[in-house]
Amino acid sequence: MMNTKKIYLPIVVLFLLLLPPMVGNYWTQVLGNIGIYVMLGIGLNVVVGFAGLLDLGYVAFYAIGAYGYALLASPHFGIHIPFWVMLPGCVALAAGGGALLGIPVLRMRGDYLAIVTLGFGEIIRILLNNLDPLTNGPRGLLRIDAPAMGNFVVNSPFRWYYLIFAGIIFSAFVADRLNNSRIGRAWIAMREDQDAAAVMGINILKYKLLAFTIGASFAGIGGAIFAARQGSIFPENFSLMVSINVLCLIIIGGMGSIPGVILGAVILIGLPEILRGVHQYRMLAFGGLLVAMMIFRPTGFIPSARRKMELRE
Amino acid sequence: MSYLLNPQVIIDQIINGLTIGGIYALIALGYTLVYGILFMINFAHGEIFMFGSFGGFAALTYFVNSGFSDTHPGLSIVAAFLAAMVVSAILGALLERIAYRPLRNAPRLAPLISAIGASIFLQNVMMLIIKARMQVYPDIIQEEFLEFGWFSISYFQLFIISGSVLLMVGLYLFIQKTKTGKAMRAVAEDRDAASLMGIDVNRIILITFVIGSALAAAAGVMVGIYYTQIDHMMGFIPGIKAFTAAVLGGIGNVPGAMLGGYFLGLAEAFGVLFMPAEYKDVIAFGLLVLVLIFRPSGILGEVVSERA
Amino acid sequence: MTILLQTKGLSKRFGGLTALNNIDLALESCVILGLIGPNGAGKTTLFNCLTGVYPIDGGDIIFGNRSIRGLKSHVTTSLGIARTFQNIRLFGNMTALENILVGQHCRMKAGVWGAIAMNRSTLKEEKKAFGKADELLNFVGLNDQGDTLAKNLPYGDQRRLEIARALAVKPRLLLLDEPTAGMNPRETAELTGFIEQIRTELELSILLIEHDMRVVMGISDRVTVLDYGVKIAEGSPEEVRKNPKVIEAYLGRLGTMMGKRAVTA
Repeated sequence: MMNTKKIYLPIVVLFLLLLPPMVGNYWTQVLGNIGIYVMLGIGLNVVVGFAGLLDLGYVAFYAIGAYGYALLASPHFGIHIPFWVMLPGCVALAAGGGALLGIPVLRMRGDYLAIVTLGFGEIIRILLNNLDPLTNGPRGLLRIDAPAMGNFVVNSPFRWYYLIFAGIIFSAFVADRLNNSRIGRAWIAMREDQDAAAVMGINILKYKLLAFTIGASFAGIGGAIFAARQGSIFPENFSLMVSINVLCLIIIGGMGSIPGVILGAVILIGLPEILRGVHQYRMLAFGGLLVAMMIFRPTGFIPSARRKMELRE
Repeated sequence: MSYLLNPQVIIDQIINGLTIGGIYALIALGYTLVYGILFMINFAHGEIFMFGSFGGFAALTYFVNSGFSDTHPGLSIVAAFLAAMVVSAILGALLERIAYRPLRNAPRLAPLISAIGASIFLQNVMMLIIKARMQVYPDIIQEEFLEFGWFSISYFQLFIISGSVLLMVGLYLFIQKTKTGKAMRAVAEDRDAASLMGIDVNRIILITFVIGSALAAAAGVMVGIYYTQIDHMMGFIPGIKAFTAAVLGGIGNVPGAMLGGYFLGLAEAFGVLFMPAEYKDVIAFGLLVLVLIFRPSGILGEVVSERA
Repeated sequence: MTILLQTKGLSKRFGGLTALNNIDLALESCVILGLIGPNGAGKTTLFNCLTGVYPIDGGDIIFGNRSIRGLKSHVTTSLGIARTFQNIRLFGNMTALENILVGQHCRMKAGVWGAIAMNRSTLKEEKKAFGKADELLNFVGLNDQGDTLAKNLPYGDQRRLEIARALAVKPRLLLLDEPTAGMNPRETAELTGFIEQIRTELELSILLIEHDMRVVMGISDRVTVLDYGVKIAEGSPEEVRKNPKVIEAYLGRLGTMMGKRAVTA
């Protein structure tokens, strides 16, 4: 398993790096959209796929990252903190939000957790819509700064593609390392049988909180990139549908597996672009697909292979 | 804040609270009944409510166009309610049969995700039917007010308050007195034991979905009559709020869902006196979070305890 | 001999039902204590109280030289109490090896940064953990089953893997909840020998719930009998076997009528 991964990974990476010039501006833009969802998927996968916590309010942390960046890097307050400084800041903000929500709600059992997180996502959106002086309400935040290094400004679809690509590599690397560690094993054990895991010495609350905050911080990065890339953000960008989309892409792709997340994002975000003509049936098909998926292939298209570590060779 | 001391304002808000609370309670019953038996959140319940509302809408529109409602306004409304309840009951049964039954022994996430899928599916079916345009409920009866000295109540409110109470009393009697109701309680208590006692568990689960869906449909028609505008997304927020109500009362607990519904309705009605109306939805979610933190088994307590 | 575990007046109630009433128990190092009693006597409840699964309502639990009353499961485990479950609760979708690695969780340190950076100390720790896991697999005789998913193992192997997982905690006290349940006589005999071996080789104390009287009487140094949440007898297997209260608890009045032969049979 590990060896095939070693061979294929560089090929896939190389292919993806060479992709934009081959497909042109428009499709590079689309790939960028997919890429952001891949990042979100990798993050939510830590929460849902690894730790088994159903979070339906993931969009909240995405929104926190996006507004965190937009407020401090736009004419809204006249503050212009550089993107690279704000990036860790957004991670911290989102992680803080995750901890703040996680501490009270993680004691709840799974289905309550789903509803409360869903409620939290909605509360954040309602607040963004109504806290006018801070968020400018439904009018949104405009003219958000693009990331820059000296004179090099990330402002074209090509440049964004590579920036997002780097973000994905980073997220995937972190998620993969966590998954194959003492922490990842604790998550899986907890997902399998919470009581038994506790008796085996795993501090359940701590590991749930850890998954929740790590997942949230990935969304923080995604949010900052989204805000900087769009240049303007509105509360409506952060509706429940974002949470549902991200959740669905990991389920369709295969819960717990990173290639699965990528495939899921391509299917979910990319396919509608290809099938523009039947756009109106997209969500209909999608809802039906989810049901069918649960019944016929609950593990997704690329289920995570529970692989062993290199160490063991 | 002087208006807070005004008894007229207080009574108005109590009436508003009871009206909307009755609607929440009717929807909440569907969540609670299903949860009591299957330990799952029927995430698509809000959509069943929405379809019920449209079922009633279609029936009423038909009666208006055919002139039937001019001669028989009362009968039209009753028929619209029945039509709505039939639509939702069928939908609820289909949902159980197609999306949930195959997953009854699957890991807990599976039925929940299937439910989310069904919910998205149903929303989009309705969106395609109505072409994403908001629909307006035909008014068959004029909204008039009954004056009682220093307060008044509209016919609609009186109708909704009494209608919801009537349905709940009916449900309560059904569960307590009838054979099927007793079987429902038995299945909720212990599915396997009930099955061994000769109860057809699949049938009881189906009936539970049918009843919960019919109650939600009634709530859907009430919302249509009261707020007049309906669309394909109308199920989401009331669905979440009714779920909140069910949790408030103690999920799985039938009287609890009723109490929770009224509690939430009143909390919202009085909440808007203290904060801008835009935050109305925050009240429900805030309450939900608080209750789950401090009293996770709800006000009246859960009927069924957590499975190990 | 030093006393490792002691309960003083331990009580546990579920609503109106008193599941454990005023239990006094003392267990020395390197001793196997059999815990027997009819179904519903409170044996597993006692395990759950000792491992922090249930909070206790009265009394105290002393482990080593400190009270562990009110501590959560993961804390009691890291202090050195490990257990198995009556109805095997392995992590089914993890391999046998991974199950044992999870058992070592509280003996390892790597945090988030260690996991991401895979720095030298983390690598070393992981390597050691894998080595130790292989060792334990060997010890319980599952040498070549390391990569098998736990749920795919045969029943007897699952029982042994569960013990290996508990041993990975490096416990001072091992709680075994009906380890031979569902095993055939040959497997039972094997496992009994194995439990003896654990005690002598790893020098730990074992609290053993068991329904198979031959097993309990054969390997226990002492036996405690619970009935309806009350300790009704205690002593060497021989003493307990002859105790009329025990016979009555097990066989009701019928047992007393038929005399002591019933238990010895």
